Amino acid sequence: MVDVSFAPALGWTVLLAPLGAALLILLVAIHRRAIAGSLAIAGLVIAFLCTLQLFLQAQTGMLPLPFESSITWISLPGFTIPFGILLDQFSLLMALLVTGVGSLIFIYSTAYMSEDHAFSRYFGMLSLFAFSMLTIVLANNWIQLFMGWELVGFSSYMLIGHWYAKPAAADAGKKAFMVNRVADFGFMLGILALWAVSSPIPSQRTFHFLTLQERIPSFASAGLIPMALMPIIGLLIFCGPIGKSAQFPLHVWLPDAMEGPTPVSALIHAATMVAAGVYLLCRTFWLFEGLPSVMTIIMWVGGATAFLAACLALVENDLKRILAYSTLSQLGYMVMALGLGGQVAGMYHLTTHAFFKALLFLGAGSVIHGTHEQDIRKLGGLWRSMPWTSVTFLIGSLALCGVWPLSGFFSKDEILALAHEHHAGLYWLATLTAGMTAFYTARAWFVAFTGKAHGHHGHESPPVMLIPLFILAALSIGGGFLHIPTFLGHDGVFHLGVALASSGIVLAGLFLAWLIYQKKAVSSQQLVHALAFPYSFLQRRYYVDELYNWYVASVQQKVIAGCCAWAEQHIIIGTMVNGTAWLTRSTGQLLRRLQTGKVQTYVLVFLIGILWLLSTSVFH
Amino acid sequence: MITLTHYLVVSALLFCIGLIGIMTRRNILMILLCIEIMFNAANLAFIAYARAWSNLDGQIVAFFIITVAAAEVTVGLAIAILLARQLKTLNADEVSLLKW
Repeated sequence: MVDVSFAPALGWTVLLAPLGAALLILLVAIHRRAIAGSLAIAGLVIAFLCTLQLFLQAQTGMLPLPFESSITWISLPGFTIPFGILLDQFSLLMALLVTGVGSLIFIYSTAYMSEDHAFSRYFGMLSLFAFSMLTIVLANNWIQLFMGWELVGFSSYMLIGHWYAKPAAADAGKKAFMVNRVADFGFMLGILALWAVSSPIPSQRTFHFLTLQERIPSFASAGLIPMALMPIIGLLIFCGPIGKSAQFPLHVWLPDAMEGPTPVSALIHAATMVAAGVYLLCRTFWLFEGLPSVMTIIMWVGGATAFLAACLALVENDLKRILAYSTLSQLGYMVMALGLGGQVAGMYHLTTHAFFKALLFLGAGSVIHGTHEQDIRKLGGLWRSMPWTSVTFLIGSLALCGVWPLSGFFSKDEILALAHEHHAGLYWLATLTAGMTAFYTARAWFVAFTGKAHGHHGHESPPVMLIPLFILAALSIGGGFLHIPTFLGHDGVFHLGVALASSGIVLAGLFLAWLIYQKKAVSSQQLVHALAFPYSFLQRRYYVDELYNWYVASVQQKVIAGCCAWAEQHIIIGTMVNGTAWLTRSTGQLLRRLQTGKVQTYVLVFLIGILWLLSTSVFH
Repeated sequence: MITLTHYLVVSALLFCIGLIGIMTRRNILMILLCIEIMFNAANLAFIAYARAWSNLDGQIVAFFIITVAAAEVTVGLAIAILLARQLKTLNADEVSLLKW
């Protein structure tokens, strides 16, 4: 039996093992491929085992939750920022997910990236990514969380742009980074505003989660915080999740992030990065709970993202991008669940989604590894050449669709039941989205994995890649029976009518996809012709990218940057810098006329001076 | 009877002659001579005061002025000779190289 006093050490190890691995790889092993992968895996597996130990202690009641261990990070007079770990049900589950799913992805990567020239940099960045995410997960204050938040942005930039020689990858990395910067600006303002209202006495203001959690609701009800301010703070903080969890309208970076290596996509979509936004909403649920107006906005942003992203996935032909849109859609579900007040339902779906989405991405990676092709129209018949990948991909797909008894069914139904309870319109939107999810997932599977092979000769991936697939497949199947909601302190809700309705529409979606893409009862070409306008509208992704491009190129570059350039040229350089020089020089030009060089002039000046001195001394 | 006032009037006249000479003449030698006249106007005033108030301090100052004036004239004449050699002129208006 491990004593509770080990808990701080275990917690700190979870946080620092991946950081140690990252530093060792980047500083020492950058040219030693052989040990870089092992170091990264060792760091994360150690973190996983420590988390597991903490989790088991919490399960048996030996570790009282919430548990906190903290040191002083920055200390100024009247102002301290701690750095610490805060363990509760949510952070433990999330840390388990990050380290567990992350470890599988790391192991998978050693085979997937074995040919890559920058193998060590890749693993260094993966470890940094894991560390950043764990910093967010375990943070006990806003500043630490924000630091992790930005580190996640940085390491995702490095990983999405891993193949930086390819312009598309470099651009995608930049896009992800900049879109997130836009969102993080609002997020930072929100954090600072929350700090400012955290106490009427300046020296007692704090970033600390547990203190804020105690103070803010009571301060708000006592009228110490202006009524109008809290919803604004809530919205500003929600900006962070909009960017990181790629909610509409800042979803544009996520599909482009597919330019990175596939295991990175798996990591971004399953355990890190996009999960951070949803996790943040869960972690700071106490803040949003008391703000019904903000909750409504969150709910609708989530619902809209779920539906709009599912529409985009219907017309996409790139296997990875289909998965990316499905991630967007599922994240929309989670955010919607949180907006509806379902902290546990959101976190539950985040967990099961991590299992099957990691599985799907690693499966897609296996396909790309075997065939070097990711356009589903050029794939086909993989069922025969890559049997294991196909089976696991099918399991992941069915879990994503929410087919009983796979994990997706339980978590999605929890959200649907919640929506059913609170908002009828949103419930039908979410149910329709579930049907669309089934349709596009089945479409990808039928087109890519069945039918005839188109010229490529796929080969099955090595065991190092298949074993993580098997483990994730097992989790995707069994995830619904792990009693995750019970651990989170809330028994699962089950609504038979909702379950039947969603199962019905999912089966309808699957059947429709089978009819069109397998049986070919309706030609998909004719459908495209019949629905030419919506098809092209979706193909261009609602023209959101065009809108942003227009804004950046025409408004920002021409108008705003033009005004700034004019102001710099004429006011700063023209008036202030050159003006000073002109003033000095012209004063000199005037004054030098006094120096005639004629002795008599000087004598005259002396004389006048002496007369003046005499007159003042005589007459006063 | 010659009183202090007479001496002082002569001294003031000498001083003004010297001053006007400096400001009006262009020849450097003439300017130096005028400076000497002004020195001696001051000397005369000092000695007149010394005599009128029976105080020898004024005479001592007069001796100092004579000494300093001798040194000053030496330097001034040396400059005048150099100017005559280098610039072939003793006109003060043409010697304006030290300005700016």
